[in-house]
Amino acid sequence: MPAKAGAAPAPLPGVDVAATSRIDSVRLLRVAAGLLLLLTGLVVRGAVLPEDRADLLYHSYSGGGADINGPSLLVRKKFAEDVSVTANYYVDNVSSASIDVITTASPYEEQRTEYSLGLDYLRDRTILSIGYTNSVENDYIANTYSLGISQDMFGDLTTVSLGFIYGDNTVGRNGDSNFEEPTKLRDYRLSVSQILTQDLIVALTLETITDEGFLNNPYRSVRYLDPSSPRGYSYQAEVYPRTRTTNSVALRGRYYLPGRSALSAGYRYFSGSWGIQADTWELGYTLPWDEDWIFEFSYRFYDQGPAEFYSDLFPYRDAQNFLARDKEMSSFTTKTLGAGVTWYFEENGTGFIKRGTLNMNIDRIAFDYRDFRDLSVTGVAPGEEPLYAFNSTVLRLWLSIWF
Amino acid sequence: MLKKTHWMLTLLTALMLAVAPLQAKEANGPAPDFTLKSRDGGNVKLSELAGNVVMVNFWASWCAPCRVEMPKLNQLYNKYKDLGFVLLGVNVEEQQKPPLNFLQKRPVDFPILWDNRNEVSKKYKVIAMPTTVLVDRSGNIRYIHQGYKEGDEKKYRKIIKKLLRE
Amino acid sequence: MSKLPILLPLLLLSACSSVEPWVKPYERAHLADPIMAFARDPVANNYIYHVYDAREGGRGAGTATGGGCGCN
Repeated sequence: MPAKAGAAPAPLPGVDVAATSRIDSVRLLRVAAGLLLLLTGLVVRGAVLPEDRADLLYHSYSGGGADINGPSLLVRKKFAEDVSVTANYYVDNVSSASIDVITTASPYEEQRTEYSLGLDYLRDRTILSIGYTNSVENDYIANTYSLGISQDMFGDLTTVSLGFIYGDNTVGRNGDSNFEEPTKLRDYRLSVSQILTQDLIVALTLETITDEGFLNNPYRSVRYLDPSSPRGYSYQAEVYPRTRTTNSVALRGRYYLPGRSALSAGYRYFSGSWGIQADTWELGYTLPWDEDWIFEFSYRFYDQGPAEFYSDLFPYRDAQNFLARDKEMSSFTTKTLGAGVTWYFEENGTGFIKRGTLNMNIDRIAFDYRDFRDLSVTGVAPGEEPLYAFNSTVLRLWLSIWF
Repeated sequence: MLKKTHWMLTLLTALMLAVAPLQAKEANGPAPDFTLKSRDGGNVKLSELAGNVVMVNFWASWCAPCRVEMPKLNQLYNKYKDLGFVLLGVNVEEQQKPPLNFLQKRPVDFPILWDNRNEVSKKYKVIAMPTTVLVDRSGNIRYIHQGYKEGDEKKYRKIIKKLLRE
Repeated sequence: MSKLPILLPLLLLSACSSVEPWVKPYERAHLADPIMAFARDPVANNYIYHVYDAREGGRGAGTATGGGCGCN
């Protein structure tokens, strides 16, 4: 997953810069696979179909020069007693002047639209799920198919879920109608959740994802030392391997504290064929207040090592076979502080509504790069620029109705 | 890659095989007797209801299928109560406040009994929530139903009618 | 060796029917509380997962599944 949201186009010869910047959210698209997995029912607990509900979300991400916002609407409805269908509509409105954009291109705007359909089928203690997602923006099309099975066993203390996703994507390049590259994605997931005591539940998740095809961002470039350039360096196009395999394993737990509140903790280990390794730690506290309110507080720490072919500044042109200067491929940490509130209304139900919630969540994320430099600072020797860092604010505002 | 697929397939097969039928089963043998406090303050003893068809429903206010089932049970109760049918809603919760709150919002007419210490739930080997047990006029368990799905009340009705005719 | 992946789950399964759940279905009041759900609201949860996935090199195993009371 080389191309990133908020990522930067690079000045490739013969390519219109304003247009090229559009692909900024190639990464967002590819993530559709992950989204789909979640949407199509692997979230459901075994042996009971989820209740009918509708969720309307407004989301906004703002930071590092990028603004991404839009709505998401999810409707889940039972048909007959053993089938539940979901439909999701999701939009990203992107307007970006991120560090990559301001140093190598011009700010741009674009939109991505995604539609998903999913079906869950319940039989005894098993839920079978299938799903399809289509995501479109002007230089990237993603079609994603998913299959899942979730099973309650051992006296319903254990739920095992298996998921498989196949993604068939087409990467384009604005301003270059001859450019069209396919990528394929295969995603295998196994999740086991286990009730340990009356107050403790844990879940272990394993996920392997393989990609093949054109995996870098067609607009992005790396820089290398070039004494003939006035600023001391020049750019060349990125070159990524054509395959990638990543593995991750996560263990999470939730503990019910006396007097009704919950503590959650999690750890994820990630490693992949490009050499990136990462640790993620999560902590959360959920506190109800009165009958109608739930407050949530969370902290997340993410620490990543670089891809083996990453460099902020290569020594010369074509310095190695594979070249990357995506900040997402570099070495960095992210720290998130989050707070949320849920308000329950209509608990007695009115008309067709059984109950509803109004929710708000704010997350503040700090990104600190260890070997990605801020090229908007000029007048220093190449490689002497300050390290890049920025903060983002993520807002989620949503209404949920059960009917 | 191949290895992973292999593992996944194996697990998938295993899961398919693991699908054990839940649902209902015909049962036999005398219903274990119990005495529980009821919502009205009195005691209810199962053996004293002999001569009636008794439905014992184990439920909790935190259990989503139970919440859906309660109004349906109430309809059954009101339809057959004058024909020698008794319904006992055995609440399995430690605290009485959550179920009382629920019953205030969704009132039912049949007796609610408190099994706060889960002694009766244990005796009846409740392995799903809700669990519904039907006892015939002579005090024998004739039917045990685990869980609740929309439409299950039709199955209950069929068996209640049959037992009432005996 | 190649038979192990097939045998292991089968062995586990043969034990399946005889396992006595140590947390009884009627003892799951706490586990069924919405505050104990790994992901209460899928739409909101998917979005934050998506935010991280787009900006970090790591991916996968993002959200725990299952959880709750296991009732029914």
